[in-house]
Amino acid sequence: MGMTLAEKVLAKASSRKEVKPGEYVTAKVDQVMSQEAFAEVYQILKEEGIDRVWDRRKVAIMLDHKAPPPTVPDAEAHKLIREGVKKLGIEGWYDMRAGICHQIMGEKGHIIPGELVLGTDSHSTTYGAFGAAGTGIGVSEMAYVLATGELWMTVPSTIKMVIEGDLPKGVTSKDILLFIAGKYTTQVAQYKAVEFKGPAAERMSIASRMTMANMGVEIGAKFAFFEADQKTLDYLLPYVKVEAQNRVGIFQSDPDAHYDQVYEIDVSRLEPQVAFPHDVGNVKPISEVGEIRINQAFLGSCTNGRLEDLEIAAGLLKGKKVHSEVRLIIFPASWEIYLKALRGGILETLIEAGAVVCNPGCGPCLGGHMGLLAAGERCIASSNRNFKGRMGSTEAEVYLGSPATVVASAIAGRIVDPRPRKG
Amino acid sequence: MALIKGKVWKFGDNVNTDVMAPGFVFTAPWEEVRKVVLHIHPKFTREAKPGDVIVAGKNWGCGSSREQAPANLKRLGIGCIVAESFGRIYFRNSVAIALPSIVCPAVSEVFDEGDELELELESARVKNITKGVELEGRRPSNDMLSIIAKGGIIAALRERLKIKK
Repeated sequence: MGMTLAEKVLAKASSRKEVKPGEYVTAKVDQVMSQEAFAEVYQILKEEGIDRVWDRRKVAIMLDHKAPPPTVPDAEAHKLIREGVKKLGIEGWYDMRAGICHQIMGEKGHIIPGELVLGTDSHSTTYGAFGAAGTGIGVSEMAYVLATGELWMTVPSTIKMVIEGDLPKGVTSKDILLFIAGKYTTQVAQYKAVEFKGPAAERMSIASRMTMANMGVEIGAKFAFFEADQKTLDYLLPYVKVEAQNRVGIFQSDPDAHYDQVYEIDVSRLEPQVAFPHDVGNVKPISEVGEIRINQAFLGSCTNGRLEDLEIAAGLLKGKKVHSEVRLIIFPASWEIYLKALRGGILETLIEAGAVVCNPGCGPCLGGHMGLLAAGERCIASSNRNFKGRMGSTEAEVYLGSPATVVASAIAGRIVDPRPRKG
Repeated sequence: MALIKGKVWKFGDNVNTDVMAPGFVFTAPWEEVRKVVLHIHPKFTREAKPGDVIVAGKNWGCGSSREQAPANLKRLGIGCIVAESFGRIYFRNSVAIALPSIVCPAVSEVFDEGDELELELESARVKNITKGVELEGRRPSNDMLSIIAKGGIIAALRERLKIKK
């Protein structure tokens, strides 16, 4: 019997020939990621008197959620993290000089197709864009992993989502994922692995694949995979350390692998999609959105702060102005993207149009800083969650859309269709 | 066999981690935090008492990996959560901090707020004492039970590394 990507990773990680959905395994972890949550992880290790990690080469830590720190307790947490990194001799340390964790894990060569990557952040599913089994855990489990290099895991069953057709102009992979969350619910992949396949998935850029894998967790997924193809290798290899390059290869599921369920999704007539408050599954196509005025537009996050997203923004904003009653706040996802956008003149276009461009980081996505909402305010965001109180006041509303929808709406002052008008 | 008994607070589907541990109080002291844990149910926030339990719909704890979500409930003294299903990271975190959490697909139909619930953790037997109805939940695996019995994954780690406290 063939295996899915999840089964292959967990079989290898538990040194077995094969594994089946529902089995419990003790998995050896290939790579871990932590950000501000590492303050809590280190505190636990300290309290237990653990002064070494199982492999300091396999740990990457960076600051992105609250960087630079907006409050004294945040500054204290950063200080504790720096102490921990030094004491434990962590090799993959980026401080606040790299960007959003999920973006820089790829950019700094920490992700290898077919490997198991655990992060103290739910959007660790992003690494599935490279055929890696990425998933989120909490701080206690991370302390356990750092001390031992392994963790108990359940082998998930896998669902396959076959994406077909050419995406219309002005519609992006974000819209596909929101459409899935709306149509099949935010529980469609609960406890399961997803494999995004089909011709549209193959044609997708790495950045667009990352958007969908990232939001895999929003439909409940444990892992959200794309197969690692030539495009993946071309992206990763320049970043991966020479001594690890022999581990990078094509990674595909077996043709006779078993899927729990198969969904076929034709995107050739897909409209831009918007998730209404306060649930990612509360989705409407743009034609049914109606008149929704906004106070803020947020472009960025681990979901949609990549160069192609900033290019879309610059394309829409060239020669235009952000609406006088809207704050458009933009965060490039990493320093690499920030510099590329700077050198390519993109930032200039954004700033001239009236956007506030901030340093790479999570920004207001999780209500940390840099653009929180007051009671009664509305924001259209390219991020991944619109939970009540997520971005500030519990009386504020967050709507989710693609980068194009966010920027077009920032110009119009209300949520609008970003697609070019016909005729 | 561990028996957990308590008065039920009832919640619907898709209650996310952020309303259990809001980002806007991440660095606030517990006295501030406790006022907003599950702020979508103001009566719970005001009146929940140690020993109370929660009955919820599907996807309880969807969203973030923040361990504060189950940890805040534990700190309030919530005895257990019986839900139709859980968000997976939240569920793992519950095991890791030894907060008993049981999947029981029919639980919402059988309980009203204020009913008395009894859970036998090992067998996942859920009883509505008020209504005299009994349900079978999904039995936790032996690994999970062993972590919970030890008091969480850090206690398990201590045992594994033979750390004396």
